[in-house]
Amino acid sequence: MNSQPSHRLVIEAGRTELHYWKDLWRFRELLYFLSWRDILVRYKQTVIGVAWSVIRPVLTMIVFTVIFGKLAKFPSGNAPYAILVYAAMLPWQFFANALSESSNSLISNANMISKVYFPRLIVPGSAVIVSLVDFLISFVVLVVLMAWYQFMPSWRIVMVPLFLVMALLASLGFSLWLSALNVKYRDFRYIVPFIVQFGLYVSPVGFSSNVVPEKWRLLYSLNPMVGVIDGFRWAILGGEAQIYWPGFLLSLSLTLLVLYGGIRYFRKTERIFADII
Amino acid sequence: MSDTVIKVENLGKKYLISHLADKREQLFSRLLVNKAKTAGSKVMDMFRSAGGGGGGEHTTEEFWALKDVSFEIKQGDRVGIIGRNGAGKSTLLKVLSRITEPTKGRITIDGRVASLLEVGTGFHSELTGRENIYLNGAILGMSREEIRRKFDEIVAFAEVEQFLDTPVKRYSSGMYVRLAFAVAAHLEPEILIVDEVLAVGDAQFQKKCLGKMEEVSTSEGRTVLFVSHQMGAIAQLCNKALLLDKGELIHSGAVNEVVNHYMNESSRNLKGYEIEGSLPDKEIVILKAQTFDAEGNIAVNFAHNQEIKIIITYKVNKWVNGSAIRVAVRDSKRNVFTTDTEETETFAQHSPKQGELCASVVIPAGLLRPEHYFFTLSAYLPNQVTFNLVRDALSITVYDGGSKYAASEWHDYGCVFVDCKWSVENVS
Repeated sequence: MNSQPSHRLVIEAGRTELHYWKDLWRFRELLYFLSWRDILVRYKQTVIGVAWSVIRPVLTMIVFTVIFGKLAKFPSGNAPYAILVYAAMLPWQFFANALSESSNSLISNANMISKVYFPRLIVPGSAVIVSLVDFLISFVVLVVLMAWYQFMPSWRIVMVPLFLVMALLASLGFSLWLSALNVKYRDFRYIVPFIVQFGLYVSPVGFSSNVVPEKWRLLYSLNPMVGVIDGFRWAILGGEAQIYWPGFLLSLSLTLLVLYGGIRYFRKTERIFADII
Repeated sequence: MSDTVIKVENLGKKYLISHLADKREQLFSRLLVNKAKTAGSKVMDMFRSAGGGGGGEHTTEEFWALKDVSFEIKQGDRVGIIGRNGAGKSTLLKVLSRITEPTKGRITIDGRVASLLEVGTGFHSELTGRENIYLNGAILGMSREEIRRKFDEIVAFAEVEQFLDTPVKRYSSGMYVRLAFAVAAHLEPEILIVDEVLAVGDAQFQKKCLGKMEEVSTSEGRTVLFVSHQMGAIAQLCNKALLLDKGELIHSGAVNEVVNHYMNESSRNLKGYEIEGSLPDKEIVILKAQTFDAEGNIAVNFAHNQEIKIIITYKVNKWVNGSAIRVAVRDSKRNVFTTDTEETETFAQHSPKQGELCASVVIPAGLLRPEHYFFTLSAYLPNQVTFNLVRDALSITVYDGGSKYAASEWHDYGCVFVDCKWSVENVS
């Protein structure tokens, strides 16, 4: 019965800031449950279930290996072309899935948003986590692939988590922007599939970014995924794969900028989600 | 230590409604042209600001869903929020539960709040009952540990033991609602905000829900805010009430008083009956009639535990021995279920045998069950002639003022309250 000042809550126009990060922590279990729900639901009533998250990247990898490696004969350094492609396919698929899942996440949870309070960041956040789980499953395929080609990674493989964090931040940044924009402007429902399709070709997924002429490298790195993918290749392929540092740093700072802007924009519009969704 | 747990000061919530300036422009072809014209400026607008309305040739109108609402709620109060559709009840709850932001004003809340604006928010039809209990619990703000602890209780309350591992999409709608309510009912916040969730399920389950709500709010000293259109449920569950109308708080206080006020304010039928045109040339003519509550105020809505008084004014043009005034009470299904009559002579003893007379009749409290009732008045000579008959001269509504049947208000549970004698014995 004692009134604890710690539970005092003040609601005023424009004043949600104070509790926000504390609330986000308090609702961390909801993040877990929403991700868990989406993972559970995803492959219900499918015959091969989770295998779908493996089949898609593997098929794309095969097509790219044949087209870029065998037909166009792009260089792959010391690594088999399949591994070169797959090492990039992993972060790209993660990014692409996160984007398509999260951009619709607020709208598909509209009912919850208009009926229950919780920090809305959890919704696109859980969509990113679901994609992360897919990433981890697909990662197993990489191990199998390496065993198949008897490819021994160098010490750099331990750096993969670092680049994964970078991929995570990039995905989260873009997801926040797109999910929040999609609430107000449903145009983004049509823009996102386009970004994902287009991005696959402008990112160095099917080929090494070494094939990009030196003078365009910096410009090319304006795509944050270039830094992430180069990082993955550097860590997984070892040997000749090198990071183009100016480009990498540009990608990294752009990623952080997008994330910062994304959080700002999301927090600003979040307050009116329930009214306009 | 102050015992005020919710303090609302000058709360306002504005919505912008946008519509086209000209009705004719709603033609599809024009709309397209118009859209194209505004699309450009909209795209610019999008980059310029996050907020803001549609702009362009649309006009936006301000709509205040809540206007300058202030009130205080004390620890342990159970507050009913009533008002017509669109009065701002749900908006108030949404602002209080932080789903949407107020435009003006300030709310201070001391204590953990859980709001239940809908049962089964976030239920996923592909998931099993078990999975949904965890998911829904988490959405409502329970921790995994808390849900695990109450899991068996929730399942028992919902009566779905057998179907725990069946996807809820295969549940009957009753089972679905029971499960959803069961999770919500086991929340343990200090302040509970509930919107019209009892309007689901069958009568029996509604009763169970109401019972649970009552148990939660009375025994554990929790503060409850409750919106419902069922006055019986409000009267039974709450001790205080707030009445909203067009976004404004127009009345607050003890529940019975506010409910009464609302019921009588909201009806247009306060006029009663009054004869129109020239008086018919009959022996007895009913001039006017009106219903009153026990305090003598004109009323047309009565709690089941209130007396209903009918006053009939009539004119005797020519005295007929044995003539009588009669009131027939009919329910909305057009069954006349009682009539009562009184010989005019009884009145005549106190007054001249001619001229205007006034008869009053009282329907005792606790007799009529919640229903709409119509009174047909007549002046007649039994078995011979009817002088004057006014069908459905008056109509009243009896609402549940918190009887033990409150949960099933507006379900058909008969016309009269009867205090039957029950006894139960063990025969095994």
